[in-house]
Amino acid sequence: MSAGLRGRGAIVGIGNTQRWNAPGRSPFDQLQEAAVLALEDCGLSMSQVDGLYCAMSTSGLPVLNVAERLGIRPKQADGTMVGGASFLFHLQSAMAAIEAGLCEVALICYGSNQLTAGGKLASMPDPQPYETPFKPRYPISSYALAAARHMHRYGTTREQMADVAVAARQWAQRNPDAYVRDPLRREDVLASRMVSDPLSKADCCLVTDGGAAVVLVSAERARDMPQPPIYVLGTGVAVSHRQISAMPDLATTCAVESGQRAYAMAGVSPRDIQHVMLYDAFTINTILFLEDLGFCAKGEGGAFVSSGAISPGGALAVNTNGGGLSCNHPGMYGLFTLLESVVQLRGQAGERQIPGANLSLAHANGGVLSSQATAILGTAVTL
Amino acid sequence: MATDKRFDGAGPDERYLAALREGRFMLQHCEECASVRFPPALVCRVCGSPRLIWRESPGQGVVYSTTTVRDRSGDYNVSLVELEGGARMMSSVDGVLAPPIGLPVRARIVSEADEVHVVFEARGEKP
Repeated sequence: MSAGLRGRGAIVGIGNTQRWNAPGRSPFDQLQEAAVLALEDCGLSMSQVDGLYCAMSTSGLPVLNVAERLGIRPKQADGTMVGGASFLFHLQSAMAAIEAGLCEVALICYGSNQLTAGGKLASMPDPQPYETPFKPRYPISSYALAAARHMHRYGTTREQMADVAVAARQWAQRNPDAYVRDPLRREDVLASRMVSDPLSKADCCLVTDGGAAVVLVSAERARDMPQPPIYVLGTGVAVSHRQISAMPDLATTCAVESGQRAYAMAGVSPRDIQHVMLYDAFTINTILFLEDLGFCAKGEGGAFVSSGAISPGGALAVNTNGGGLSCNHPGMYGLFTLLESVVQLRGQAGERQIPGANLSLAHANGGVLSSQATAILGTAVTL
Repeated sequence: MATDKRFDGAGPDERYLAALREGRFMLQHCEECASVRFPPALVCRVCGSPRLIWRESPGQGVVYSTTTVRDRSGDYNVSLVELEGGARMMSSVDGVLAPPIGLPVRARIVSEADEVHVVFEARGEKP
Protein backbone atom coordinates (compact mmCIF):
# COMPACT_ATOMS: atom_id res chain seq x y z
CA MET A 1 0.00 0.00 0.00
CA SER A 2 2.82 2.39 0.91
CA ALA A 3 4.12 2.09 -2.68
CA GLY A 4 1.17 4.38 -3.45
CA LEU A 5 3.18 7.27 -2.01
CA ARG A 6 6.06 6.81 -4.47
CA GLY A 7 6.77 10.13 -6.16
CA ARG A 8 3.49 11.65 -4.93
CA GLY A 9 5.32 14.52 -3.20
CA ALA A 10 8.35 16.60 -4.09
CA ILE A 11 10.79 18.87 -2.31
CA VAL A 12 10.55 22.19 -4.12
CA GLY A 13 12.32 24.52 -1.74
CA ILE A 14 15.34 24.27 0.55
CA GLY A 15 16.86 26.70 3.03
CA ASN A 16 20.23 26.44 4.75
CA THR A 17 21.47 29.34 6.88
CA GLN A 18 25.07 28.06 6.72
CA ARG A 19 25.69 30.06 9.90
CA TRP A 20 27.73 27.46 11.73
CA ASN A 21 29.07 29.89 14.33
CA ALA A 22 26.55 32.66 14.86
CA PRO A 23 26.62 34.39 18.25
CA GLY A 24 23.53 36.36 19.13
CA ARG A 25 21.10 34.07 17.32
CA SER A 26 18.64 31.79 19.06
CA PRO A 27 17.61 28.38 17.70
CA PHE A 28 14.35 30.02 16.57
CA ASP A 29 16.30 32.75 14.72
CA GLN A 30 18.20 30.08 12.79
CA LEU A 31 14.99 28.20 12.03
CA GLN A 32 13.09 31.28 10.87
CA GLU A 33 15.87 32.33 8.49
CA ALA A 34 16.00 28.83 7.00
CA ALA A 35 12.20 28.85 6.58
CA VAL A 36 12.30 32.19 4.74
CA LEU A 37 15.09 30.94 2.48
CA ALA A 38 13.23 27.71 1.66
CA LEU A 39 10.01 29.54 0.78
CA GLU A 40 11.86 32.10 -1.35
CA ASP A 41 13.60 29.20 -3.11
CA CYS A 42 10.23 27.90 -4.33
CA GLY A 43 8.37 31.18 -4.66
CA LEU A 44 5.72 30.40 -2.05
CA SER A 45 4.68 32.75 0.74
CA MET A 46 4.66 32.08 4.46
CA SER A 47 0.87 32.35 4.50
CA GLN A 48 0.62 29.39 2.10
CA VAL A 49 2.25 27.03 4.61
CA ASP A 50 -0.53 24.90 6.07
CA GLY A 51 1.52 21.95 7.34
CA LEU A 52 4.24 22.49 9.97
CA TYR A 53 6.81 19.90 11.00
CA CYS A 54 9.55 20.62 13.52
CA ALA A 55 11.51 19.26 16.47
CA MET A 56 14.03 20.94 18.74
CA SER A 57 16.10 19.80 21.68
CA THR A 58 15.59 23.19 23.32
CA SER A 59 11.79 23.37 23.16
CA GLY A 60 9.19 20.90 24.36
CA LEU A 61 6.47 22.65 22.31
CA PRO A 62 8.25 23.38 19.03
CA VAL A 63 5.15 23.50 16.82
CA LEU A 64 3.57 26.21 18.98
CA ASN A 65 6.72 28.29 19.25
CA VAL A 66 7.53 28.05 15.56
CA ALA A 67 3.97 28.69 14.30
CA GLU A 68 3.77 31.81 16.45
CA ARG A 69 7.07 33.18 15.21
CA LEU A 70 6.38 32.44 11.55
CA GLY A 71 2.85 33.83 11.90
CA ILE A 72 1.24 30.75 10.39
CA ARG A 73 -1.95 28.87 11.30
CA PRO A 74 -1.18 25.26 10.30
CA LYS A 75 -4.05 22.83 9.81
CA GLN A 76 -1.68 19.89 9.99
CA ALA A 77 1.33 19.63 12.31
CA ASP A 78 3.73 17.05 13.72
CA GLY A 79 6.35 17.63 16.40
CA THR A 80 7.52 14.02 16.65
CA MET A 81 10.81 14.00 18.55
CA VAL A 82 13.04 10.98 17.98
CA GLY A 83 16.35 12.86 18.00
CA GLY A 84 18.28 13.70 14.86
CA ALA A 85 16.15 11.43 12.67
CA SER A 86 12.98 13.41 13.50
CA PHE A 87 12.96 15.37 10.27
CA LEU A 88 12.92 12.28 8.07
CA PHE A 89 10.08 10.91 10.21
CA HIS A 90 8.40 14.26 9.49
CA LEU A 91 9.04 13.83 5.77
CA GLN A 92 7.15 10.53 5.76
CA SER A 93 4.27 12.05 7.78
CA ALA A 94 4.13 15.07 5.47
CA MET A 95 4.03 12.83 2.38
CA ALA A 96 1.06 10.96 3.81
CA ALA A 97 -0.68 14.17 4.93
CA ILE A 98 -0.36 15.78 1.49
CA GLU A 99 -1.57 12.64 -0.25
CA ALA A 100 -4.55 12.47 2.13
CA GLY A 101 -5.40 16.13 1.51
CA LEU A 102 -4.73 17.21 5.09
CA CYS A 103 -2.40 19.98 3.92
CA GLU A 104 -0.89 21.31 0.68
CA VAL A 105 2.34 23.07 1.59
CA ALA A 106 4.42 21.34 4.27
CA LEU A 107 7.36 23.11 5.91
CA ILE A 108 9.89 20.91 7.72
CA CYS A 109 12.31 23.07 9.70
CA TYR A 110 15.00 23.17 12.36
CA GLY A 111 17.33 25.59 14.09
CA SER A 112 20.03 25.35 16.73
CA ASN A 113 22.65 27.43 18.51
CA GLN A 114 24.42 24.46 20.02
CA LEU A 115 27.90 25.85 19.44
CA THR A 116 27.43 29.39 20.69
CA ALA A 117 25.16 28.34 23.57
CA GLY A 118 28.06 26.18 24.76
CA GLY A 119 27.46 24.86 28.26
CA LYS A 120 24.30 26.93 28.55
CA LEU A 121 22.38 24.59 26.26
CA ALA A 122 19.44 23.19 28.19
CA SER A 123 19.37 19.45 27.92
CA MET A 124 16.21 17.53 27.16
CA PRO A 125 14.20 16.39 30.18
CA ASP A 126 14.65 12.68 29.54
CA PRO A 127 16.21 11.06 32.60
CA GLN A 128 17.75 7.59 32.29
CA PRO A 129 17.87 6.25 35.86
CA TYR A 130 19.36 2.90 34.80
CA GLU A 131 22.36 4.64 33.20
CA THR A 132 23.02 7.68 35.40
CA PRO A 133 24.81 5.86 38.27
CA PHE A 134 27.55 4.73 35.86
CA LYS A 135 28.20 8.19 34.37
CA PRO A 136 28.36 7.30 30.67
CA ARG A 137 29.12 10.43 28.67
CA TYR A 138 26.02 11.14 26.63
CA PRO A 139 25.72 10.26 23.83
CA ILE A 140 29.30 9.27 22.96
CA SER A 141 29.68 6.37 25.43
CA SER A 142 26.65 4.64 23.92
CA TYR A 143 28.14 4.89 20.42
CA ALA A 144 31.48 3.74 21.85
CA LEU A 145 29.78 0.60 23.21
CA ALA A 146 28.35 -0.08 19.75
CA ALA A 147 31.76 0.53 18.14
CA ALA A 148 33.49 -1.81 20.60
CA ARG A 149 30.92 -4.51 19.86
CA HIS A 150 31.33 -4.06 16.09
CA MET A 151 35.12 -4.32 16.47
CA HIS A 152 34.75 -7.47 18.57
CA ARG A 153 32.23 -9.10 16.25
CA TYR A 154 33.62 -8.15 12.85
CA GLY A 155 37.23 -7.15 13.42
CA THR A 156 36.60 -3.52 12.54
CA THR A 157 39.61 -1.37 13.46
CA ARG A 158 40.25 2.15 14.70
CA GLU A 159 42.16 2.75 11.46
CA GLN A 160 39.04 1.94 9.45
CA MET A 161 36.95 4.30 11.56
CA ALA A 162 39.63 6.97 11.12
CA ASP A 163 39.30 6.56 7.36
CA VAL A 164 35.62 7.56 7.66
CA ALA A 165 36.68 10.89 9.17
CA VAL A 166 39.38 11.35 6.51
CA ALA A 167 36.92 10.72 3.64
CA ALA A 168 34.44 13.19 5.15
CA ARG A 169 37.18 15.81 5.37
CA GLN A 170 38.22 15.23 1.76
CA TRP A 171 34.64 15.93 0.69
CA ALA A 172 34.49 19.00 2.97
CA GLN A 173 37.54 20.36 1.17
CA ARG A 174 35.39 20.40 -1.98
CA ASN A 175 32.58 22.27 -0.21
CA PRO A 176 33.27 25.97 0.40
CA ASP A 177 30.43 26.04 2.96
CA ALA A 178 31.85 23.26 5.18
CA TYR A 179 32.86 24.44 8.65
CA VAL A 180 36.16 22.53 8.88
CA ARG A 181 38.32 22.07 5.79
CA ASP A 182 41.87 21.63 7.13
CA PRO A 183 43.76 18.58 5.86
CA LEU A 184 43.18 15.47 7.98
CA ARG A 185 45.18 12.24 7.87
CA ARG A 186 44.52 8.85 9.40
CA GLU A 187 47.40 9.43 11.84
CA ASP A 188 45.78 12.67 13.02
CA VAL A 189 42.58 10.86 13.91
CA LEU A 190 44.45 8.06 15.68
CA ALA A 191 46.48 10.61 17.67
CA SER A 192 43.42 12.58 18.68
CA ARG A 193 42.45 12.67 22.37
CA MET A 194 40.48 9.60 23.46
CA VAL A 195 37.05 10.50 24.87
CA SER A 196 35.27 7.17 25.38
CA ASP A 197 37.24 4.22 23.99
CA PRO A 198 37.39 3.37 21.12
CA LEU A 199 36.12 6.81 20.04
CA SER A 200 38.46 9.80 20.05
CA LYS A 201 37.58 13.46 19.59
CA ALA A 202 38.24 13.14 15.85
CA ASP A 203 35.73 10.26 15.65
CA CYS A 204 33.03 12.71 16.80
CA CYS A 205 30.92 15.07 14.74
CA LEU A 206 31.35 18.82 14.95
CA VAL A 207 29.39 21.00 17.33
CA THR A 208 28.00 23.94 15.35
CA ASP A 209 25.01 26.25 15.06
CA GLY A 210 22.74 26.08 12.03
CA GLY A 211 19.27 26.21 10.52
CA ALA A 212 17.61 24.13 7.80
CA ALA A 213 14.21 23.92 6.13
CA VAL A 214 12.53 22.13 3.24
CA VAL A 215 9.19 22.73 1.52
CA LEU A 216 7.21 19.70 0.34
CA VAL A 217 4.20 19.86 -2.00
CA SER A 218 2.30 17.38 -4.17
CA ALA A 219 3.94 16.18 -7.39
CA GLU A 220 1.23 17.97 -9.40
CA ARG A 221 1.88 21.30 -7.72
CA ALA A 222 5.66 20.82 -7.93
CA ARG A 223 5.64 21.08 -11.74
CA ASP A 224 5.04 24.84 -11.66
CA MET A 225 7.86 25.73 -9.28
CA PRO A 226 11.04 27.64 -10.16
CA GLN A 227 13.44 24.86 -9.11
CA PRO A 228 13.43 21.35 -10.58
CA PRO A 229 11.25 19.21 -8.29
CA ILE A 230 13.07 16.52 -6.33
CA TYR A 231 10.60 13.69 -5.88
CA VAL A 232 10.31 11.63 -2.73
CA LEU A 233 10.33 8.09 -4.11
CA GLY A 234 10.53 6.17 -0.86
CA THR A 235 10.58 6.65 2.89
CA GLY A 236 11.02 4.26 5.78
CA VAL A 237 11.34 4.73 9.51
CA ALA A 238 12.14 2.39 12.41
CA VAL A 239 12.60 2.56 16.19
CA SER A 240 14.40 -0.11 18.21
CA HIS A 241 15.14 1.25 21.71
CA ARG A 242 15.86 4.33 23.82
CA GLN A 243 18.88 3.44 25.95
CA ILE A 244 21.84 1.56 24.54
CA SER A 245 21.47 -1.39 26.96
CA ALA A 246 18.14 -2.18 25.27
CA MET A 247 19.47 -2.14 21.70
CA PRO A 248 18.78 -5.67 20.38
CA ASP A 249 22.22 -6.14 18.72
CA LEU A 250 24.77 -3.35 19.13
CA ALA A 251 26.46 -4.21 15.84
CA THR A 252 23.28 -3.95 13.71
CA THR A 253 20.90 -0.98 13.64
CA CYS A 254 17.24 -0.80 12.65
CA ALA A 255 18.41 1.08 9.55
CA VAL A 256 18.02 -2.43 8.11
CA GLU A 257 14.25 -2.00 8.53
CA SER A 258 13.95 1.67 7.58
CA GLY A 259 16.08 0.98 4.51
CA GLN A 260 14.06 -2.03 3.38
CA ARG A 261 10.86 0.02 3.73
CA ALA A 262 12.27 2.90 1.70
CA TYR A 263 13.71 0.63 -1.03
CA ALA A 264 10.39 -1.24 -1.28
CA MET A 265 8.38 1.97 -1.67
CA ALA A 266 10.82 3.39 -4.22
CA GLY A 267 11.17 0.10 -6.11
CA VAL A 268 14.96 0.41 -6.22
CA SER A 269 17.90 -1.42 -4.66
CA PRO A 270 21.18 -0.19 -3.13
CA ARG A 271 23.09 -0.68 -6.39
CA ASP A 272 20.78 1.81 -8.15
CA ILE A 273 21.67 4.64 -5.72
CA GLN A 274 24.14 7.20 -7.11
CA HIS A 275 24.57 9.44 -4.08
CA VAL A 276 24.32 8.69 -0.37
CA MET A 277 23.98 10.80 2.77
CA LEU A 278 24.50 8.96 6.07
CA TYR A 279 24.11 10.66 9.45
CA ASP A 280 27.69 10.50 10.75
CA ALA A 281 27.44 11.61 14.36
CA PHE A 282 30.43 9.33 14.98
CA THR A 283 32.70 7.49 12.56
CA ILE A 284 31.17 4.10 13.46
CA ASN A 285 27.79 5.38 12.19
CA THR A 286 28.93 5.53 8.58
CA ILE A 287 30.24 1.96 8.77
CA LEU A 288 27.04 0.67 10.40
CA PHE A 289 24.75 2.39 7.89
CA LEU A 290 26.79 1.36 4.81
CA GLU A 291 26.25 -2.23 5.96
CA ASP A 292 22.69 -1.97 7.23
CA LEU A 293 21.47 -0.15 4.11
CA GLY A 294 23.03 -2.78 1.86
CA PHE A 295 25.94 -0.88 0.27
CA CYS A 296 28.33 -3.61 1.44
CA ALA A 297 28.01 -6.91 3.27
CA LYS A 298 27.47 -6.98 7.03
CA GLY A 299 30.78 -6.71 8.82
CA GLU A 300 32.63 -5.39 5.77
CA GLY A 301 31.90 -1.68 6.29
CA GLY A 302 35.36 -0.96 7.68
CA ALA A 303 37.18 -2.62 4.80
CA PHE A 304 34.80 -0.95 2.32
CA VAL A 305 35.69 2.49 3.69
CA SER A 306 39.43 1.78 3.82
CA SER A 307 39.36 0.66 0.17
CA GLY A 308 38.65 4.31 -0.71
CA ALA A 309 35.10 3.54 -1.81
CA ILE A 310 33.49 6.55 -0.09
CA SER A 311 36.30 9.06 -0.66
CA PRO A 312 36.07 11.55 -3.55
CA GLY A 313 36.59 9.55 -6.74
CA GLY A 314 35.53 6.30 -5.04
CA ALA A 315 32.83 3.85 -6.10
CA LEU A 316 30.10 5.38 -3.92
CA ALA A 317 29.66 9.11 -3.25
CA VAL A 318 28.92 9.38 0.49
CA ASN A 319 28.44 12.52 2.60
CA THR A 320 29.54 14.86 -0.16
CA ASN A 321 28.98 18.00 1.93
CA GLY A 322 31.57 16.78 4.45
CA GLY A 323 28.93 15.29 6.75
CA GLY A 324 28.40 15.89 10.42
CA LEU A 325 32.09 15.14 10.88
CA SER A 326 33.34 18.07 8.79
CA CYS A 327 30.50 20.22 7.36
CA ASN A 328 28.17 21.01 10.25
CA HIS A 329 26.36 19.39 13.16
CA PRO A 330 23.96 21.68 14.99
CA GLY A 331 22.66 19.26 17.64
CA MET A 332 20.32 17.37 15.34
CA TYR A 333 21.74 17.01 11.82
CA GLY A 334 19.07 14.91 10.08
CA LEU A 335 17.52 17.60 7.91
CA PHE A 336 20.91 18.50 6.46
CA THR A 337 21.18 15.05 4.86
CA LEU A 338 18.07 15.89 2.81
CA LEU A 339 19.43 19.31 1.84
CA GLU A 340 22.61 17.87 0.34
CA SER A 341 20.65 15.18 -1.52
CA VAL A 342 18.47 17.88 -3.07
CA VAL A 343 21.46 20.08 -3.96
CA GLN A 344 23.16 17.12 -5.68
CA LEU A 345 20.02 16.06 -7.58
CA ARG A 346 19.45 19.63 -8.75
CA GLY A 347 23.02 19.67 -10.04
CA GLN A 348 23.91 22.65 -7.84
CA ALA A 349 26.79 21.14 -5.85
CA GLY A 350 29.66 22.91 -7.63
CA GLU A 351 33.07 21.30 -7.27
CA ARG A 352 31.65 18.32 -5.34
CA GLN A 353 28.81 17.64 -7.84
CA ILE A 354 28.25 13.98 -8.71
CA PRO A 355 27.79 14.11 -12.50
CA GLY A 356 24.37 12.94 -13.64
CA ALA A 357 23.12 12.01 -10.17
CA ASN A 358 19.41 11.20 -10.41
CA LEU A 359 18.85 8.94 -7.42
CA SER A 360 19.99 9.79 -3.91
CA LEU A 361 19.50 8.17 -0.51
CA ALA A 362 19.44 10.25 2.67
CA HIS A 363 19.59 8.48 6.00
CA ALA A 364 19.20 9.94 9.48
CA ASN A 365 19.78 8.54 12.94
CA GLY A 366 18.47 9.61 16.33
CA GLY A 367 19.08 9.02 20.02
CA VAL A 368 21.76 6.39 20.52
CA LEU A 369 21.27 4.48 17.25
CA SER A 370 17.65 4.34 18.49
CA SER A 371 15.61 5.76 15.62
CA GLN A 372 16.45 5.37 11.93
CA ALA A 373 14.85 7.00 8.91
CA THR A 374 15.65 6.58 5.24
CA ALA A 375 14.48 8.68 2.29
CA ILE A 376 15.08 7.96 -1.38
CA LEU A 377 14.89 11.02 -3.62
CA GLY A 378 14.97 11.29 -7.39
CA THR A 379 14.76 13.69 -10.31
CA ALA A 380 11.92 13.61 -12.85
CA VAL A 381 13.59 10.85 -14.91
CA THR A 382 13.25 8.43 -11.97
CA LEU A 383 9.46 8.74 -11.76
CA MET B 1 -13.27 2.46 41.02
CA ALA B 2 -12.57 -0.83 39.26
CA THR B 3 -8.90 -1.36 38.49
CA ASP B 4 -7.36 -4.40 36.86
CA LYS B 5 -5.88 -6.41 39.75
CA ARG B 6 -3.01 -7.69 37.58
CA PHE B 7 -1.51 -4.23 37.67
CA ASP B 8 -2.28 -3.27 41.28
CA GLY B 9 0.54 -2.38 43.65
CA ALA B 10 3.82 -0.62 42.96
CA GLY B 11 5.02 -0.29 39.37
CA PRO B 12 7.95 -2.30 38.01
CA ASP B 13 10.64 0.37 38.54
CA GLU B 14 9.66 0.79 42.19
CA ARG B 15 9.49 -2.97 42.75
CA TYR B 16 12.95 -3.46 41.27
CA LEU B 17 14.44 -0.79 43.52
CA ALA B 18 12.56 -1.96 46.63
CA ALA B 19 13.97 -5.48 46.19
CA LEU B 20 17.46 -4.12 45.54
CA ARG B 21 17.27 -2.09 48.76
CA GLU B 22 16.49 -5.36 50.58
CA GLY B 23 19.56 -6.97 49.01
CA ARG B 24 17.77 -8.96 46.30
CA PHE B 25 18.61 -8.49 42.59
CA MET B 26 15.36 -9.34 40.80
CA LEU B 27 14.63 -9.61 37.08
CA GLN B 28 11.34 -10.03 35.21
CA HIS B 29 10.66 -13.31 33.38
CA CYS B 30 7.92 -13.65 30.80
CA GLU B 31 5.48 -16.46 31.54
CA GLU B 32 4.52 -16.67 27.87
CA CYS B 33 7.87 -16.76 26.08
CA ALA B 34 10.43 -17.10 28.93
CA SER B 35 12.32 -13.94 27.90
CA VAL B 36 14.03 -11.99 30.65
CA ARG B 37 13.94 -8.22 30.53
CA PHE B 38 15.86 -5.27 31.91
CA PRO B 39 15.21 -2.40 32.54
CA PRO B 40 11.89 -3.24 34.19
CA ALA B 41 8.60 -2.54 32.41
CA LEU B 42 4.99 -3.66 32.38
CA VAL B 43 5.12 -5.92 29.33
CA CYS B 44 7.50 -8.41 27.77
CA ARG B 45 9.75 -6.73 25.24
CA VAL B 46 9.79 -9.80 22.99
CA CYS B 47 6.15 -10.93 22.86
CA GLY B 48 4.21 -8.06 24.46
CA SER B 49 2.65 -10.19 27.18
CA PRO B 50 1.86 -8.49 30.51
CA ARG B 51 2.45 -11.81 32.35
CA LEU B 52 5.83 -11.02 33.87
CA ILE B 53 6.98 -12.52 37.14
CA TRP B 54 9.94 -11.51 39.32
CA ARG B 55 12.73 -14.00 40.00
CA GLU B 56 15.93 -13.44 41.91
CA SER B 57 18.88 -13.33 39.52
CA PRO B 58 21.90 -15.55 40.16
CA GLY B 59 23.84 -12.41 39.16
CA GLN B 60 26.15 -14.26 36.77
CA GLY B 61 26.80 -12.47 33.51
CA VAL B 62 29.37 -11.75 30.82
CA VAL B 63 30.65 -8.43 29.51
CA TYR B 64 28.73 -7.73 26.26
CA SER B 65 30.50 -4.48 25.42
CA THR B 66 32.66 -1.94 27.19
CA THR B 67 34.12 1.56 27.04
CA THR B 68 36.62 3.51 29.10
CA VAL B 69 35.40 7.02 29.81
CA ARG B 70 38.33 9.45 29.86
CA ASP B 71 37.84 11.99 32.58
CA ARG B 72 40.05 14.64 34.18
CA SER B 73 39.18 13.27 37.59
CA GLY B 74 40.23 9.77 36.52
CA ASP B 75 39.27 7.30 33.81
CA TYR B 76 36.53 4.79 34.55
CA ASN B 77 34.78 1.82 33.01
CA VAL B 78 31.22 1.62 31.66
CA SER B 79 30.10 -1.81 30.47
CA LEU B 80 27.02 -3.58 29.22
CA VAL B 81 26.60 -6.91 30.98
CA GLU B 82 24.48 -9.72 29.58
CA LEU B 83 22.61 -11.76 32.20
CA GLU B 84 20.45 -14.87 32.08
CA GLY B 85 17.85 -14.97 29.33
CA GLY B 86 19.63 -12.28 27.34
CA ALA B 87 18.73 -9.42 29.71
CA ARG B 88 21.31 -6.68 29.41
CA MET B 89 22.19 -3.85 31.77
CA MET B 90 24.53 -0.90 31.86
CA SER B 91 26.94 -1.10 34.76
CA SER B 92 30.65 -1.05 35.50
CA VAL B 93 33.19 -3.76 36.22
CA ASP B 94 34.97 -3.08 39.52
CA GLY B 95 38.69 -2.45 39.42
CA VAL B 96 39.09 -3.07 35.68
CA LEU B 97 39.42 -0.17 33.25
CA ALA B 98 38.97 -2.22 30.07
CA PRO B 99 37.47 -5.65 30.75
CA PRO B 100 37.56 -7.88 27.67
CA ILE B 101 34.24 -8.59 25.97
CA GLY B 102 33.13 -12.04 27.12
CA LEU B 103 34.65 -11.71 30.60
CA PRO B 104 32.52 -13.63 33.14
CA VAL B 105 31.34 -11.32 35.90
CA ARG B 106 29.29 -11.51 39.11
CA ALA B 107 26.78 -8.93 40.38
CA ARG B 108 27.19 -6.96 43.59
CA ILE B 109 24.62 -4.55 45.03
CA VAL B 110 25.95 -1.12 45.97
CA SER B 111 23.99 1.18 48.29
CA GLU B 112 25.06 4.77 48.67
CA ALA B 113 22.83 7.14 50.66
CA ASP B 114 19.40 6.79 48.98
CA GLU B 115 20.84 5.42 45.75
CA VAL B 116 21.14 1.69 45.01
CA HIS B 117 22.48 -0.05 41.92
CA VAL B 118 24.29 -3.14 40.68
CA VAL B 119 27.97 -3.31 39.73
CA PHE B 120 29.97 -6.34 38.63
CA GLU B 121 33.28 -7.94 39.45
CA ALA B 122 35.30 -10.47 37.47
CA ARG B 123 34.71 -14.13 38.35
CA GLY B 124 37.20 -16.89 37.51
CA GLU B 125 39.35 -16.94 34.41
CA LYS B 126 38.65 -15.37 31.05
CA PRO B 127 36.92 -17.98 28.81
